[in-house]
Amino acid sequence: MEARPYDDASAGTDAGRVQVMDAAEIGRTLRRMADEILERNGAQGVKKLALVGIHTRGVEVARRLCDLIEQTAGMRPAFGVLDISMHRDDLRRRARLTSIQPTRLPVDLESRTVVLTDDVFFTGRTVRAALDALGEYGRAPSIQLAALVDRGHRELPIRPDYTGREVETSPDDRVRVEFTPEDGDADAVWLSRGDART
Amino acid sequence: MKPDAPRPIPVTWRRKDLLGIQELSAEEITLLLDTARQFKEVGARDVKKVPALRGRTLVNFFVEPSTRTRTSFELAAMRLSADVVNISASSSSLVKGETLKDTALVLQANNVDIIVIRHGSAGAAQFLAERLDSSIINAGDGAHEHPTQALLDLFTIREKRGKIAGLHVAIVGDILFSRVARSNIWGLLKLGARVTLVGPSTLVPRVFERMGVRVVRRIDEILEEVDVINLLRIQHERQRRAYFPGLGEYVSLFGLTKERAHRLRSDCLIMHPGPINRGVEIDSDVADDPKHSVILDQVTNGLAVRMAALYLCDSHRGDHDAIQTNRRATA
Repeated sequence: MEARPYDDASAGTDAGRVQVMDAAEIGRTLRRMADEILERNGAQGVKKLALVGIHTRGVEVARRLCDLIEQTAGMRPAFGVLDISMHRDDLRRRARLTSIQPTRLPVDLESRTVVLTDDVFFTGRTVRAALDALGEYGRAPSIQLAALVDRGHRELPIRPDYTGREVETSPDDRVRVEFTPEDGDADAVWLSRGDART
Repeated sequence: MKPDAPRPIPVTWRRKDLLGIQELSAEEITLLLDTARQFKEVGARDVKKVPALRGRTLVNFFVEPSTRTRTSFELAAMRLSADVVNISASSSSLVKGETLKDTALVLQANNVDIIVIRHGSAGAAQFLAERLDSSIINAGDGAHEHPTQALLDLFTIREKRGKIAGLHVAIVGDILFSRVARSNIWGLLKLGARVTLVGPSTLVPRVFERMGVRVVRRIDEILEEVDVINLLRIQHERQRRAYFPGLGEYVSLFGLTKERAHRLRSDCLIMHPGPINRGVEIDSDVADDPKHSVILDQVTNGLAVRMAALYLCDSHRGDHDAIQTNRRATA
């Protein structure tokens, strides 16, 4: 059985990459996702809401969605970050060690509607690991999933509640999300073709 | 506060066992320390347990008595979700005359994945590592090596001072009988520190100079110049003959008294592998002085270092080469 990579946005970049989203589109998309989250949970629900970003770039997605929800609703949802490195089901199969990032969650998880956020949704295994990790901190009454990009090729029965943009890919392709200022001068989503067919 | 950017770890760990510091490269030591830094983050969480070693079985096989190292390994394994069994010499069949090898083979036949061994004979861990498929972690073999202790000392120095290269580290006391000292000397030298050993000629023979360290006979000679002072316990249990006239004389020449502690540089770290003989190697007040003493940080860091050692040695067993080959074949 082939060891397929995770929704791994840190994969290297190739020269022949194409831009699938620019900064303006990412901004509009996140705006729409924030509105959808508000619509579904109600403006009154913001105080019960916790946006939890999955390391690495899911954290920035969560932070920005928090900003946008605050602009509209006048109240900021709780914010958390979640490290899933030790919960991956391919932990022992990876040639390289994954790096462990901090986990910080709102203390009252038991009364929160949690929106897990990631940048790229791929096989679903990252989210499965995130659900495991989250479950160790408490039983959130409801967990939803938001992803900026859905690139397809699910391997598990998991799908996002809020999707920014669907991008058609082949399994070997790489999708990389870049956020200012850490990754460069402008927000962007890049698609590079996998080297399997060359 | 923003979390640190993720840092990929470039070196891969290719060892089944952790037997000593002498055989490790500087890069491997740094990899262990970097991995431990990450596991320390896990210890700061509300939920301190991660499933990295779920389904693995670890045996703490302590033929010599130990509380803190055994407990630290046990906690480390539990935080990684491994199943842990403790075996001490008195409760094992060693007392019935079974050999070390036979006891170990029985453990392996029970499909134990990792054996943490402490033994009174130098080379015991290596003896097992060469004969068993299980990962062997040396938790102290005679007066030879105690690698995780050295790693936690290195980790603590690096954490507190930001680096190890260029620092001047004094190790004081019972060097001859100390596996902690040997492992520390190897590790410090490999990472670029200067090392001075302090002790009477009976406990610190000049032969140590061949390792590349300086030897002095009085603690007063080095107080003002060192960045770290690591005080070793006088090991009553290993001293069958008298290696120094008495504890009073030892204190007067080598004890870190309050008066001597005043002469240390303000940023000098005081370390001790424990258990402390208060009033012998170190005055009680000095051991508790938060300005210099990092003795309890060492304990905390020991857990992170041991999680890293268990995780890395276990990750070796994941058969990465086979998977990479498989990947190429399907691509």
